[in-house]
Parts: sequence; structure tokens; C-alpha cells
Amino acid sequence: TPTHPHATSEWTLDYPPFFAWFEYILSHVAKYFDQEMLNVHNLNYSSSRTLLFQRFSVIFTDILFVYAVHECCKCIGGKKVGKELTEKPKFILSVLLLWNFGLLIVDHIHFQYNGFLFGLMLLSIARLFQKRHMEGAFLFAVLLHFKHIYLYVAPAYGVYLLRSYCFTANKSDGSIRWNSFSFVRVISLGLVVFLVSALSLGPFLALNQLHQVFSRLFPFKRGLCHAYWAPNFWALYNGLDKVLSVIGLKLKFLDPNKIPKASMTSGLVQQFQHTVLPSVTPLATLICTLIAILPSIFCLWFKPQGPRGFLRCLILCALSSFMFGWHVHEKAILLAILPMSLLSVGKAGDASVFLILTTTGHYSLFPLLFTAPELPIKILLMLLFTIYSISSLKTLFR
Amino acid sequence: MEKWYLMTIVVLIGLTVRWTVSLNPYSGAGKPPMFGDYEAQRHWQEITFNLPVKQWYFNSSDNNLQYWGLDYPPLTAYHSLLCAYVAKFINADWIALHTSRGYESQAHKLFMRSTVLIADLLIYIPAVVLYCCCLKEISTKKKIANVLCILLYPGLILIDYGHFQNIYNSVSLGFALWGVLGVSCDWDLLGSLAFCLAINYKQMELYHSLPFFCFLLGKCFKKGLKGKGLVLLVKLACTVVASFILCWLPFFTEREQTLQVLRRLFPVDRGLFEACLKTFLFFLFCFTFLSLLPACIKLTLQPSSKGFKFTLVSCALSFFLFSFQVHEKSILLVSLPVCLVLSDIPFMSTWFLLVSTFSMLPLLLKDELLMPSVVTTMAFFIACVTFFSIFEKTSEEELQLKSFSISVRKYLPCFTFLSRIIQYLFLISVTTMVLLTLMTVTLDPPQKLPDLFSVLVCFVSCLNFLFFLVYFNIIIMWDSQNGRNQKKIS
Repeated sequence: TPTHPHATSEWTLDYPPFFAWFEYILSHVAKYFDQEMLNVHNLNYSSSRTLLFQRFSVIFTDILFVYAVHECCKCIGGKKVGKELTEKPKFILSVLLLWNFGLLIVDHIHFQYNGFLFGLMLLSIARLFQKRHMEGAFLFAVLLHFKHIYLYVAPAYGVYLLRSYCFTANKSDGSIRWNSFSFVRVISLGLVVFLVSALSLGPFLALNQLHQVFSRLFPFKRGLCHAYWAPNFWALYNGLDKVLSVIGLKLKFLDPNKIPKASMTSGLVQQFQHTVLPSVTPLATLICTLIAILPSIFCLWFKPQGPRGFLRCLILCALSSFMFGWHVHEKAILLAILPMSLLSVGKAGDASVFLILTTTGHYSLFPLLFTAPELPIKILLMLLFTIYSISSLKTLFR
Repeated sequence: MEKWYLMTIVVLIGLTVRWTVSLNPYSGAGKPPMFGDYEAQRHWQEITFNLPVKQWYFNSSDNNLQYWGLDYPPLTAYHSLLCAYVAKFINADWIALHTSRGYESQAHKLFMRSTVLIADLLIYIPAVVLYCCCLKEISTKKKIANVLCILLYPGLILIDYGHFQNIYNSVSLGFALWGVLGVSCDWDLLGSLAFCLAINYKQMELYHSLPFFCFLLGKCFKKGLKGKGLVLLVKLACTVVASFILCWLPFFTEREQTLQVLRRLFPVDRGLFEACLKTFLFFLFCFTFLSLLPACIKLTLQPSSKGFKFTLVSCALSFFLFSFQVHEKSILLVSLPVCLVLSDIPFMSTWFLLVSTFSMLPLLLKDELLMPSVVTTMAFFIACVTFFSIFEKTSEEELQLKSFSISVRKYLPCFTFLSRIIQYLFLISVTTMVLLTLMTVTLDPPQKLPDLFSVLVCFVSCLNFLFFLVYFNIIIMWDSQNGRNQKKIS
């Protein structure tokens, strides 16, 4: 696998170090399948054995995801509906998670390793539900160093652990009891996070490549929107800008020569500027995101409702970051959909929100598969998942 | 969960599996000059669209019968014509006379695959759904599970969507299934019409014709040949004749036309030269009929739905085992009736369907369909095990062998281990199949015996099929209880 400073292809490594180590381990297995694919200069290499190896590696790493789903099913209570297996909340939850349409097409058709990363996240959530906070924190720290997109939900973790773990008791009305602050816990949490980060970033610190690593991880030069627009607020913003510029041109308010030519919808990432509305900077998106997550964070701090409250806050953080983030991938919607599945089998209100979220979220993933043969597959799979989720949740909350 | 939601989900799963299998390569891809049977189907569209009806089955400068000439009955030709009209609408190059030979492109492949899926969706799948809904004495959940297992049967999926050898098997099997449905539910005229359509689509369906005939004849006898029975017989005869005339209408105008079509359908001059071969074939023919005669006679004398289905199995199996020039995929003609009795004898049916898929292994490997075969077979097996709990249903009564073993025990009092024997046989059979598959995939055959593995597969499958033939015949012949129940119903 190419190391950081190289610019050997357009698909350079832009994930944190743990993911790099993961690919490194995979490459050692890969050489038993096909030597050629490990050649750094073999770009766009694909043989049937490469394909086989990669697909099997995704399936194999999904074992972690399956284990995480198993743990999550143990945590959720759910009403005692009839004895029918297919009507139990646990069964419905496991189907909703394991057969999640978004995960299926992103991991197995579009191809990535999100399965086991979401497995790590779900496992850390399950550990927090089971009051094994240290493990949950550790798992999340590891996860962050696999894929930094999970920074979207880091505030939820931070606030929850601080509020509900470091402050060991509450007053009778649920508000914070300052003198129950436990230094031991804070320090142990900090130690865990520090050790994990040291393990991951340490080597690069020693090699003096930290700056390079960060510039690869947070490429702010990449532009406000990803090549395929994530359906978030900035997509609407861009659209509005375009409409206004067209109107402006027609009504002769704008000078055609002054309009930048870069297109926002072409294949790879480019930078561009807005014509009518003010251009958006990364700082602006950060501020918008922070404002959006503030209400849920406040709720989590002042009125903690245990692990469920944490889960809600996590989902809201994920959604807010999706809405207002800089250079958001449309796959990021999965960050909100998968945890929401856990809530959906609990209450009827959550179930209806989940149905809306999941149906629109999955539909927004359609452009990822664009070839004609894949069209029936994505339609059929989408129909399958949507019909199942609607009918099973409806039956559950009859 | 509501029944219709579940049924929709099951049908969608069936469709998804079919389409994913179809994303694999097809036979004869990129292999001039003959290409594969995919090219045959495309060529038939070209012929039927560009030439007048009278020339479809004749050798001419425009229609070279050596290059994939039409050798199926007229309904296939009409279907090809219909597809050709659609093809013309999308891209006329696909069916241009002469110039489109060997045409291969992504878009065309997609088109051909879609025609198969649509035909399946319109004819086969509704038949399966309706059949399972009409099953008696089982719960709704079991009916839906039945649909799932039948739709997941690997053999049909792999041949129609993977192999592309004479696709549209689901059409003829679907029509036959409509026939079975109609005849079992006492809509005899519609059932026989559907079955005639099946025969006119692919002449292989003649394997099923004897049971249909015997069952309907039996029904007429039962109603009394001097009253309603005779009326029914006449109506049936008229329906059959009318449907044949309708399908063959353009070819009945001249005697030569009809003969030529028959010559294409039944190429009897393929290798029938030596006298000893002729005698051998004569005996083969006799043997076939002898093996299926008892079941057919019983069906005529005691017509019942259940007997009918089992007779379908045993007749088709006899023809498959003992006929001349049988193609591997003809096992599908046996598999369909076995799918129908899946709810009655889940253990044996699942076993048979696994063997039938295995018997086509050489064909599937030739088309590089190993991965889809393994995956679909495992999915099918897991579905059957989960929904039918087949390993718990191996007692004598469950295997419908109770009356048989009671009769045997009159002579051999120690014959109590029948189900044990059958379980062991199952284990041996499955182990052999798995081992042979592994060997065929990983090892190379020895130099002197290049076809070793294909022959071994053939041999093992044949042994299994002979066992099943005996088993199904036993069920039919020792099925005395059913006769009594039938009298109560009618």
C-alpha cells in the first residue's frame, strides 16, 4: 500500500493510520491470491482473483459487524409481543441491521469496508448500554483512528462519558452533583484515548510526518461538496445559488464574464465558488454544525436519560454534521441510519421517524450504483428492505 | 405479519437471486463461429422477425438451419417474434438479417436477460404463488415458506439465468404448472389448455403428458362414461385439438410445412443407423413404458391430486433415465413436480433437488457458474432446513413409507430400520456429491481419462435417481389410504 507522501494515483490513502495497518495486513493475505495487485504502479488493476479476494475480505471482516449486532440485540428491551420469532424486536432489529440496504450496496457492491467499522461503533454503543464504559470508550477511540468520519459523533461520546461516567451520581431531580466527580475515571478515560492515539499517530510523529497525515485526513482543499452531492443543506445552498445566477443572467444583473466556470457536479472533486450567495468557508460549516448539535448536547448534559439519551444525541450529532459538514459523503447518512435502527424497535414514534429517515437515506444512495445491470438489483433490494421495515415495524407497534 | 407483505418479500427475494445470477457470463460468450445458445436465441428473433412464417423451419439461403435452426414448437417462435419486436424498438441492429450474427454487447445482454426475467415474472412465478396458496392443510406461514423454497430451487435459476442454454424453461414449466393447478382444482379445461400451451412451447413437456392424460381419463371414468364423464371427455378432446390447431395454424396449410416442423422437433434421423442400436432402443422404449405403466394405471383407476403429482415425478424420471438423447437439463422436468410435493415429503424432495442440481455440475462448470451454484444451493438447503425442519421428518410415516414397511414386515419382521437406512443413504449421497464437486474443481483429471469427473458425476447422479425412481413408485403403489379419502371428497 502506498505510504503517505506519495501521489501515485487519484485514490490516495486518506484514512487514519489504523486503517493503513489494516490494509497492510490484508496485503499480506492478498499475495496468496494474486501478486500483481500489490504492485504500486498497477493502477486500476482488476482481475477476477483480485475481485474475489476483495469481496471475500469484506465478507470476512463483516464477522465483527455480526457480533456487534448480536450484542446490540441483547441490549434492547422491547415489548413482549407474541411468541412468534419473526415478531420479536430482537429479530426485527437484527434483520434491519444485517440486511441494511445502504450497508449492502456500499460495502458489497460499491465496495468499502464499512461493515466492520460500523460493527465497532455498534459494539461501543452496546458496551455503553451494558455500562462497560471503559470498553466503549476504548472501542470508539480505536474506531476514530480507523476512519475519522466518526468525529461527527465524537461530541456525543465526550459529553455522555463526562456527564454520566465521570460524575458518578445525580441529585434526586436528575441534575448534576458536582461533588461526585471522579478523577480516577477521568484520568483513566484520558489515558485510554491517549494510548490509542499514541499507538496510531506515534510512528508518524517520530517520522515527522504528522502534518502530512493531517493534510491527507482533512483535505479542506477538496471543496464544499463531494463529487456526488450528499443531500445536505449545502446542496440546497448550491442549488439556490445556481438558480439565482441563472435568474441574474437572464435579468442582466450579472456580468457573464465574471462567473467562474467550474462545474459543481462533475466526477472528481474540484474547488469552486458561489456566484450570488456568499462563498462558504470550512469555518462557517463548522460553526453551523456546532450550532446544530448544541441543543442535543445541552439535553445530554442537563437531563441525561442514560444510554438511550446518549443514543439520541449521537444520532442528532451525526445528522447535524451530515447536514452542515464540509465535504460530506452521501454514505455518511449511514452513520445516522444504523444507530437509529436500535431506537426504532423501542418506541412507535421512533419507528416512524426511522422509516422516513431510512427510506430517504437509502434512496439518496442510488446514484452510487450507476450501471444499467445494477439498476434492477438496487430497486429490488430497496423494495425488499423498505417493505420489510414498514411491515415489521407496523406489526410490532400494532 | 400480513400475508401479502411476506409473499411480496419472498417473490422479491426470488427475483433478486435470479437477477444476481444473471450478472454472470453466458455460454459461448465471445466464441465464434457458433458462439453459444445465447446466440441461438438472438438468431431466432432475427429469423422470426425478418422471414415470413412459411420459411421459419425450412433451410434456405436466408435461414441456414445448421446455424442454430429453430427446433422448438411454434409457440417458442411466436415468443421470439414478440421479443424481436421489442428489440427492433430498442436497437434494430440486434436482429438485422445476416449482419447481426454473433452480436454481443452489454446492452443486448441486458435485453436478453430482461426478457427471461419478465417471462418468468409473468408466467412461472404467479403459478408458483397460486399453487402454494391453494395447498390444503398447511398454515399460511408454511405456504409462504413453500413459495420461497420453490423459487430458490437452484437448478432452474442456474439454467435460465446463468447458463442460457435454451432459456425460457421457466415459461414451459410455468405453463405446465398452470396445467397442474387447473387440473388439481377441477378446472380441467383450463388446465389442459395450459398444458397444451406448455407442450407447444417446448416438446420436452411430452414427458408430463402421460400423467395428465391418465389423470383426466380417470376423472372421466369416475364421473361415469355414460353421463358427465363422456361430456367431460369430449370437452377435453375439443380443447386439446383446438389449442393445437391455434398454435399450428400457419403450419397446417400445407402438409410439407407440418412435416418439416415435426422433423425439426423430433430429429429421428440422428444416429439411428445400426440394427442393433435400433433393437436396443426398442427395448429401452419398452423398459421406459414398463417402468411407468403401473403408476399410470393406478392413476387412471384412482385419480387423485396427490397421486397425480407423484405420477408426474415418476413418469418424468423414467423418461429421463431411459430415453434416448436426453439432455442434462431435462432433469428440470422432474424437478418441477418434485418441488410440488415439497410440502408432503420435505426430506426426500430436498434431497432430490440437491442431487438434480449436482447432476448438472459439468454443464455449470463449463459456463464458470461454480460460485453461483454453490451459493444458491447453500441458500436453498438452508431455507429448506429452516422452514421445513427436514431432519426431523425422517420417520417412516413422514416419508410416506408406512404402508410399504408394514407390508414388508409381514414377510420380514425385523424390517424396522428403514428410516435409519434412508438417513445413512442421505449422508453418503451428500458426502459423495460434496467430495466430487471439490475434486472436479481442484484436481485435474488424469491424462488417459479426461472425462473422468463428468462420468463420475453422471454415474453418482444416476444411482441416486434410480433410488428415487424406486422410492416414488413405492409411494404411488402403496398409497391405499388416499383412495379412501378421495371417495369422501368426491
